[in-house]
Amino acid sequence: MADKNEILAGLAEIVAEETGLDAAEVTLEKSFTDDLDIDSLSMMTIVTLAEEKFDVRIPDEEVKNLTTVGDAVSFIEGAQN
Amino acid sequence: MTSLNIKRGPEFARILGLGVFRGENVVPNDDLIEPINSSDEWIRKMTGIKTRVRAAAETSVIDMSERAARDAIAHAGISADEIDAVILSTITHPHITPGGAPVVADRLGITAAAWDISAACAGYTYGIGQADALVRSGSARNVLVIGAEKMSDWVDPSDRSISYLLGDAAGAVVIGGSDTPAIGPTIWGSDGSGAHLIRQTNDWITVRDNPEAEFPTLFQEGPSVFKWASFKMAPVALEAIEAAGVTPQDIQAFIPHQANVRIIDQMVKQIGLPEHVAIGKDITDSGNTSAASIPLATERLLRDGEAKSGDLALQIGFGAGLVYAAQVIVLP
Repeated sequence: MADKNEILAGLAEIVAEETGLDAAEVTLEKSFTDDLDIDSLSMMTIVTLAEEKFDVRIPDEEVKNLTTVGDAVSFIEGAQN
Repeated sequence: MTSLNIKRGPEFARILGLGVFRGENVVPNDDLIEPINSSDEWIRKMTGIKTRVRAAAETSVIDMSERAARDAIAHAGISADEIDAVILSTITHPHITPGGAPVVADRLGITAAAWDISAACAGYTYGIGQADALVRSGSARNVLVIGAEKMSDWVDPSDRSISYLLGDAAGAVVIGGSDTPAIGPTIWGSDGSGAHLIRQTNDWITVRDNPEAEFPTLFQEGPSVFKWASFKMAPVALEAIEAAGVTPQDIQAFIPHQANVRIIDQMVKQIGLPEHVAIGKDITDSGNTSAASIPLATERLLRDGEAKSGDLALQIGFGAGLVYAAQVIVLP
């Protein structure tokens, strides 16, 4: 099971790959839409790749609640248990 | 004991001819953005669509089917009376009954078996699967498969989920016997647990019984559909390649249902198609024409010289149901 830091690092890698942003810019307080300019389709790609990477399920209806990177990290951490 | 005769067909089937008809009007994004409070830039970014083709008010699903069918029959080099079955895939023919296929057959001057199928954006590849089996079983010498949609009759211009993607067109192919294998096994299936993801807003009984119920139009849960199509369809495509006994390296063209350029790009990535593969992207100009989109994209690749007759193409249809079907074919 990955801890919070490992989840953030893994997620940052996925976001960087999808958006071309530097992984270092992907920090807990960043908003996916407002700060990282990630649209609804890119968000689904990130969610799917995160599901594969961390072996968790992130239901589609949950995605709208993942406003910040921190929200996603917390959800993934909880979903691992 | 009584014994029954059974028919046997040729060992192999192939696509003999292709014809398409695109709606007469080319509609740019700018014509649709006001009711959805959007922009040309946003539509291009989210879908890759620059224009979509839409039919004139007086042009019907039957009219478009007939036009595409006549070209397909001419391309196949057969006469219409050599066709023993007509399969029309449509979700926009505005009659519960009769189906459109018998009317199309009549317009072509034939009395072949004729029926409609409802498999939405997978309808064309479902039709190919049926036609391949009908020819090889000896049930039909040649089968006319048509995908035809007048989507513009079923859109709410203020809907931001799907309305601006959709276009009107028909694509048709003739499938007949072949000396060599030219249609690989069809890999198909459904996932009805996602039936709500692409749907008609109101059913007809609700419209009848509730004066406030609006005329039914199409709606989709866009991001969920994107996720399903982009990531769940790649394994289906790979299974079709494997079932055909070839590898991604052998594929010369990839012609998926034209739902969204971003779905197509993600599928290419997930399947792991090599650089040399020509990718069907007619959606940029024709929009999403549901069951007609794969034949349209096929015609475009052939016309532009990006693919040629005899090339191996991987095609996959997927859509409302949810339903999907894929096969590797030899291009006509």
